[in-house]
Amino acid sequence: MFDINKIRADFPMIQNAKVAYMDNAATTFKPQCVIDAVTNYYTHQTSNVHRGDYDLSYQVSKEYEDARVAVAEFIHAEPKEIIFTSGASMSLNLVAYGYGRKFLKKGDVILSTEAEHASNILPWFKVCEEVGAVIEYIPLSNEGEMTIEAFKGAMHDKVKIVAMAEVSNVMGYIQPMKEICQIAHEYGALVVCDGAQSVPHVPIDVKDSGVDFLGFSGHKMCGPTGVGVLYGRFDLLQQMDPFMLGGGSNARFDICGNILLKDAPYKFEAGTPAIEAVLGLKAAVEYLRSIGMKNIYEYEHELRVYASKKLQELDNITFYNPNASTGILTFNVNGVFAQDAASFLNTKGIAVRSGNHCAKILIELIEASETIRCSLYFYNTKEEVDQFIEACKETTVENCVGIFF
Amino acid sequence: MTSLLNDPQVLRELIMDHYQYPRHHALKEDTSYASVHMASDSCIDDITVQSKIEGDLIQDICFDGVACTIATASTSMMTELLVGKTIDEANLIIDNYYAMIDEKEYDPEILQEAIALKGVSKQANRIKCATIGWKAIRQMIDERENAK
Repeated sequence: MFDINKIRADFPMIQNAKVAYMDNAATTFKPQCVIDAVTNYYTHQTSNVHRGDYDLSYQVSKEYEDARVAVAEFIHAEPKEIIFTSGASMSLNLVAYGYGRKFLKKGDVILSTEAEHASNILPWFKVCEEVGAVIEYIPLSNEGEMTIEAFKGAMHDKVKIVAMAEVSNVMGYIQPMKEICQIAHEYGALVVCDGAQSVPHVPIDVKDSGVDFLGFSGHKMCGPTGVGVLYGRFDLLQQMDPFMLGGGSNARFDICGNILLKDAPYKFEAGTPAIEAVLGLKAAVEYLRSIGMKNIYEYEHELRVYASKKLQELDNITFYNPNASTGILTFNVNGVFAQDAASFLNTKGIAVRSGNHCAKILIELIEASETIRCSLYFYNTKEEVDQFIEACKETTVENCVGIFF
Repeated sequence: MTSLLNDPQVLRELIMDHYQYPRHHALKEDTSYASVHMASDSCIDDITVQSKIEGDLIQDICFDGVACTIATASTSMMTELLVGKTIDEANLIIDNYYAMIDEKEYDPEILQEAIALKGVSKQANRIKCATIGWKAIRQMIDERENAK
């Protein structure tokens, strides 16, 4: 049962901030249970994980490992395939450095799209520079969407890695990961998926999709900042190198420089982790599961269709992704610079983001270097969308300058 | 003049005018001009400011790029205020402008039309926009002075 009023009551920020928060692709509000999990660690559980011979440490270590189980169940993986990182960026960098740099060779191809977020493309630039691999891009449709036909056309035998976001942070389309993985695997390529915008919003099943690596962030799914996840197929994780060594990642080492690393996932988790954030992420995952990811997706989709229809009715708006199914709406107010419009919307109690989120695709495909992005989550309401639409109607250059007087 | 510059409607129209018809808004292909590209990660304005300084005199300033109302208008006003000034005069104007933006004491007579931007401090996240062009010219002046 999806009860929006009950859900909104779970989020202190909704009461405290008094804004229609529509920048959920950047970060999300936290429910009280996540905040409590974080503060509970500091007030009742403080001790290190996997270290002490006392009750406190045992309890917190157990809960830390329970968090791994909770995240694994959330995406249908095995706990040993879940690495805690600092966020999606670190997760994706870990794949590029730990797998790409070790196994890619000169002439190998990394296939990606022009809509990729920096986190899933810049690390591969670096790998290419070091090993002599090259990046190729799948052409996108005029609406910035990648079709499966275009993907098939771009695949060939030299492609070793397909690096792709399941949901683009600019255009909001959901990619058919299962089909993509099947095709990539036929060519012997691995799929590295940026799940930062998909895991918080749609049901994820890595076993069903067959994705090889999936990186995502805790704070975009109601969890704390400073924690993220890398899922990797266990056999791949075992072959892969960590890019950081230290306490907790090795089983033993000697004076001659021999190191015996632990098995995955522990060899990737050197140093004391963000324990309170991991415990907070566990609470977030449990919270999302209690509502149900299918319910979350369906509610968000309904809200998106509502917002999309209203936005298309306005004659002062250029709307770039009317047909996407997630809560990301990318647009401009005609004749108004994106940042001016976003500042005006701010004065109307609406938090949205302006920016050149992904200059390459935006400039070449939709011919706008800066856009406004409104990104919804399951705690937004139709009333907030109405408020947003009314404010968009009033967004003129005159009103944007007027906010300074 | 002073009373007119107290009227919010007049000030608003000044910003609109400088945004829609920015002054000195074309870059020069002239190697005697110094050039600074301003594009910060916390702000989406992306402009280039050029200046020609000879001896102690600012002979010309121009700019171009993609920017919001406040960045465009403030930079346009800056070019009008500083072209033809000596380095010392320019520094005094720049200091007063920053004082205004930081809500400190300043001399409105010195800033003339640029006082239209005094309200920017109300929207703290836009201070970068209101100072982007000013920061560029100060950088070019400082570099020149340091090279002496």
